[in-house]
Amino acid sequence: MSVRHALLALLSEGPKYGLQLRQEFEERTGDVWPLNVGQVYTTLGRLERDGLVEADDAHEDERQRGYRITAEGEKELAAWFGTPSEAGSPPRDELVIKVLVAMGVPGVEVGDVIQIHRRHLVELMQQWTRIKEDEGRLDLALALAVDAELFRLESVVRWLDAAEGRMKRSSLGPAPAATPRPRLRLRARSR
Amino acid sequence: MALLEMHRVTKVYGEGASQVLAVRDIDLSVAAGDLLAVMGPSGSGKSTLLTIAGSLEDPTSGEVVIDGQLLSGMSRNDKARLRRRSVGYVFQDFNLLPGLTALENVSLPLELDGVRARRARELAAAALEELGLDERVAHFPDELSGGERQRVAIARATVGERHLLLADEPSGALDSASGEAVMRMVLAACRRGLGAVVVTHNAQLASWADRVVFIRDGRLVDQTAIPPSPESLLQQGSEP
Repeated sequence: MSVRHALLALLSEGPKYGLQLRQEFEERTGDVWPLNVGQVYTTLGRLERDGLVEADDAHEDERQRGYRITAEGEKELAAWFGTPSEAGSPPRDELVIKVLVAMGVPGVEVGDVIQIHRRHLVELMQQWTRIKEDEGRLDLALALAVDAELFRLESVVRWLDAAEGRMKRSSLGPAPAATPRPRLRLRARSR
Repeated sequence: MALLEMHRVTKVYGEGASQVLAVRDIDLSVAAGDLLAVMGPSGSGKSTLLTIAGSLEDPTSGEVVIDGQLLSGMSRNDKARLRRRSVGYVFQDFNLLPGLTALENVSLPLELDGVRARRARELAAAALEELGLDERVAHFPDELSGGERQRVAIARATVGERHLLLADEPSGALDSASGEAVMRMVLAACRRGLGAVVVTHNAQLASWADRVVFIRDGRLVDQTAIPPSPESLLQQGSEP
């Protein structure tokens, strides 16, 4: 997640102090991602170094310093909003690797590996859903953040379900013809 | 007291070589206030489990107890009466009667059970109002949206003294917001003291339940532990 760009976005609304930025960041993101104040100042320092923000005055105490976005910063922010977030190449997902590798290991029941993860994911989803239950405390930012987490976890459960179904069909069905497998040209991005 | 208990329930269809074991050795218990989800892929036996739980089908072996009453040995009529009084169903495709208004769809099962028409309509109107459908009582199913139809189906399943709600993929083809609304209503009914079993392949729907059991090839293979409070999630939120 880009704290750097989120801070730029908050500064595009007007000059702010570091503590104020931290508080607004947490409020605007549904209090789902706590941010420590040291991280705010470190990020502001780098933004200042890159010419994307500037401090009001050179106050000794950084807590007394107000920050404003520069024209360069505005440009950077617009580019961030306008650029699709990285989702193209398959990430090195530990669960995917674990299931793929488990298929060849003697004595390991892939179905059990899948179920252990499925249960854990559903338990996490139950906890996120409990947050939605109490509509009184559910502001829009929190609801959106919780939905995002639920859809992400659900997609992993769906992959596990699909993987299990595919393995079952492949163990029942005829053996695949021994044609050479096309080499996938997907290059995994290392993270 | 448990509203629903299933002990070693097995259901076999067909005979000999074409025999199919739909569910086997199912043990399940649902108390007042419980929302239980049964999660599994299609063909895993989850719908069979639900029809047996609701006495629409008899198990090949094992026992089903609804409201403390053992179903085996009960006459067909007695079972039908128990079903009408205690059990409400919600199906994927709603199963509303097209020639009846929303109000009539909800009041009909009460009238069939001998409740006077006027009283049945009062109860039906109250159930519909509870689900925010007070303006739609006189509409026919084809004049309602998908979400509204499903709310009518939930009103019908929870009207009167029914306290065991059985739902098969209750969000059907609804979008995720309507699916969430359906589960909110089911959960609200459970918080009022009903017990519910929802069978689904959808993890987001299942995650509304207090307990999720997983069914594979007719067997219950696993279940979730009681989750800690959501606060633990927010507090452990990692540094971005």
